[in-house]
Amino acid sequence: MNLNFFFEVLIGGLLSGVMYALVALGFVLIYKASGVFNFAQGAMVFFAALTCVSLTEFGWPLWLAIAATIVIMSVLGLAVERIVLRPLVNQPEISLFMATIGLSFFIEGMAQLMWGSDVKRLDLGIEDVPMESLMQSLNIIVSKFDVIAAGICALLVTGLALFFSRTKVGRALRAVADDHQAALAVGIPLQQIWGIVWSVAGFVALVAGLLWGSRNGVQFALTFVALKALPVLILGGFTSVPGAIIGGLIIGTSEKLAEVYVGPFVGGGIEGWFPYVLALLFLLVRPEGLFGEKIIRRI
Amino acid sequence: MNNSSSTRRSGDVILDLRAISLSFGGVKALTDISFDVREHEIRAIIGPNGAGKSSMLNVINGVYRPQQGEIIYRGQHLRDMDTHAAAESGIARTFQNIALFKGMTVLDNIMTGRNLKMQSNFLMQALYIGPARREEITHRIKVEEVIDFLEIQHIRKTPVGRLPYGLQKRVELGRALAAEPQILLLDEPMAGMNVEEKQDMCRFILDVNEQFGTTIVLIEHDMGVVMDISDRVVVLDYGKKIGDGTPDEIRSNQDVINAYLGVAH
Amino acid sequence: MLYREAGQFKSSYETDSQIFPIRQDRTGIALLVVIAFIGIPLVASPYFFSAILIPFLIFSLAALGLNILTGYAGQLSLGSAAFMAVGAFGAYNFMLRVPGIPLLASFALGGLCAAAVGLLFGLPSLRVRGFYLAASTLATQFFVVWALTKVRWFTNYSSSGVITAQKMQILGFDFDTPVAKYLLVLVIVSTLGLLAKNMVRSNVGRCWMAVRDMDVAAEVIGIPLMKTKLLAFAVSSFYCGVAGALYAYAYLGTVEPEAYSLDLSFRILFMVIIGGLGSVMGSFLGAAFIVLLPVILNTLAHTTNISTAVASNLELMVFGALIIFFLIVEPHGLARLWQIAKEKLRLWPFPH
Repeated sequence: MNLNFFFEVLIGGLLSGVMYALVALGFVLIYKASGVFNFAQGAMVFFAALTCVSLTEFGWPLWLAIAATIVIMSVLGLAVERIVLRPLVNQPEISLFMATIGLSFFIEGMAQLMWGSDVKRLDLGIEDVPMESLMQSLNIIVSKFDVIAAGICALLVTGLALFFSRTKVGRALRAVADDHQAALAVGIPLQQIWGIVWSVAGFVALVAGLLWGSRNGVQFALTFVALKALPVLILGGFTSVPGAIIGGLIIGTSEKLAEVYVGPFVGGGIEGWFPYVLALLFLLVRPEGLFGEKIIRRI
Repeated sequence: MNNSSSTRRSGDVILDLRAISLSFGGVKALTDISFDVREHEIRAIIGPNGAGKSSMLNVINGVYRPQQGEIIYRGQHLRDMDTHAAAESGIARTFQNIALFKGMTVLDNIMTGRNLKMQSNFLMQALYIGPARREEITHRIKVEEVIDFLEIQHIRKTPVGRLPYGLQKRVELGRALAAEPQILLLDEPMAGMNVEEKQDMCRFILDVNEQFGTTIVLIEHDMGVVMDISDRVVVLDYGKKIGDGTPDEIRSNQDVINAYLGVAH
Repeated sequence: MLYREAGQFKSSYETDSQIFPIRQDRTGIALLVVIAFIGIPLVASPYFFSAILIPFLIFSLAALGLNILTGYAGQLSLGSAAFMAVGAFGAYNFMLRVPGIPLLASFALGGLCAAAVGLLFGLPSLRVRGFYLAASTLATQFFVVWALTKVRWFTNYSSSGVITAQKMQILGFDFDTPVAKYLLVLVIVSTLGLLAKNMVRSNVGRCWMAVRDMDVAAEVIGIPLMKTKLLAFAVSSFYCGVAGALYAYAYLGTVEPEAYSLDLSFRILFMVIIGGLGSVMGSFLGAAFIVLLPVILNTLAHTTNISTAVASNLELMVFGALIIFFLIVEPHGLARLWQIAKEKLRLWPFPH
């Protein structure tokens, strides 16, 4: 077996895993703060990327487009919290989940209605060429783009992890995730917190959307990337930031390895279901994920 | 209310709990609890909040598995109880926080109490022929008897979620009774009720015990009720047993007075 | 005024537990049956059959299947289309490899195959709940469709992967006109619908609802959780399987895996949510809604000159918005709205 090739696949998997982790992070943020599994995260990734790209097509410089998109995503997040989440505050989790499914359809339709349904190219100025240094020293072909993307993701993830554990707002977020009523009782401004969370989640969605989009083009299929985040969350635990990272890495690598080494024997296309089946098997063994909290139900 | 326990004949020991210890993670809910329950008696479990009373009931019908101890039920020595086995062998219960099926009507909720007695399989029920049809009617008749007994005819088709708390508790009792149990575990059946509702509930409990001979283990905070209707009382405090005897013995037990009584409720 | 129950007394439990206890309802249903079986075949156009009635009936059946699993038993599933696919391919392979097999038997066997797959992929429900379970049903959806595409035996080694469905025939009679197909589908769907209604009213339905509402309490009163959940998966998958077979044979005319995508699973979930979780009638109402909505939107688009691309995006937005609307305003969907309307009708013309 070609060891170099194995490493290339492994690293490729790790890098795409980092990207998955980034999308999963958006989920974790919202789940931690509002207890809602936001199925619409994928649609938000798509919407963010599409908005940004379309603005650049109007001639806006990239940095301005990004800034404007962040604002738009914040507004979107606040609107979602107000219109969709608040009325459903006392309903069972399943209702909220289904509402976010409806939301994802709505956002997808809206995105394409506003900006058209063609595939858009996104150029971030980072080339998709092999890294010279690695190619020469270790004879491994790894894309420069992937490495930079991974770096950005790592930065973002570290920043968020610190945010949650060290800052006052982060603590407030965790309180809100645990018990809305209790958080209100100690004076935590619920609406503000939710606004912050959805804005941050929107920002994460934007970064993920830009990175994915510049790799594969900004198109509708981007929404399915979000579905992949589900196995990531199952592995890592829905409430854990480190869990999202590790889950993402595991899913990314195993998916790539399975496709490359097992795929040819069964006709290929394993990537489509492998992460889900893996997550399924994992669920049977450890339902709360690697880092998730075990829920004890008392009657 | 008159103390009618002297007219009841308590039978042999039907349930014997020996050295039960239960903990959740680092929290010890029950420590070395032993007591027995005689057939046909009304046994009360009392104690301050958090004493472990509900946990005790949960151990009896298998919702919790104790780390140590032994349960002897009808002569069988068990390390712990299995919920399904408990239901099948005639243990029924109600819950502190009402565990009714909110999406169903009163009638359907009580009908679920008959599920262990239903024999027909789903295919026969789908076709609604012969055995399935007859069975549905037969069990409906039994359930209507329970409904008559508890005087809830007027709400039989109401979804339970819409009922006031007191009636929900009565429906839950109905569901337990529908299973025709040998032992009935009641977890604070009168919590949140006014005087009249409590009187009704007491009457039902006494009637069940006298008419059907059902053994009753009951957790209750209202001391007046406990002292009046129970044959024997177990007192728990911080997961330990601090008293066990007739109501009169308990009333004069200094440990119990210190821990709990002091002001009559 | 017209809808009063006054004077309609029941003197036995048998009559009290009828499906339609109110006489006006019984007349209404009888009328509906006459219209469905006789009236419509006489007046409707082939387009109406092929594009509206037949898909409506097929989707109602699939929605009924999903409603049993998600609405009654409380197990959220995003994989209904996969079970439909198994039913379709099962029926196809039985008809292909067992010469002379009766049409209805092959549909039923396809349904049984789907039930078997449902049992297998329902096992996670014994360990997980809520959206963890939903996530695991995604595994079902993706894996099953992949398997049906890749394992050549299922498609009889067809080179294109798209197989033409065999003709439907019972005792020499060909079901090839829209009317004939409609009547066949109508008979199958109404029969299975009646069976479903009986099930949800009986012990098995109560066990499902108990598991949905509070599974810990259900266990305590003796309901076997594992059997109840797995039975829900099996029955639900059977219904979806038969619906899938009908989808291939009476609607598409082809048997292809791509028709049973995640998108279809979502559509069926929407039908169940909008129509009403935990309601047999709701499944039909929801299916009608989802089938008619694109038609209405398209006609609107044509009359107001909006492009089809815009129209289809609008459709997405309307779907999404309606889901959210129903979940907020009336979580029990159209079925509940219908019930409320009937209650108001009882008092009409008085306000209360």
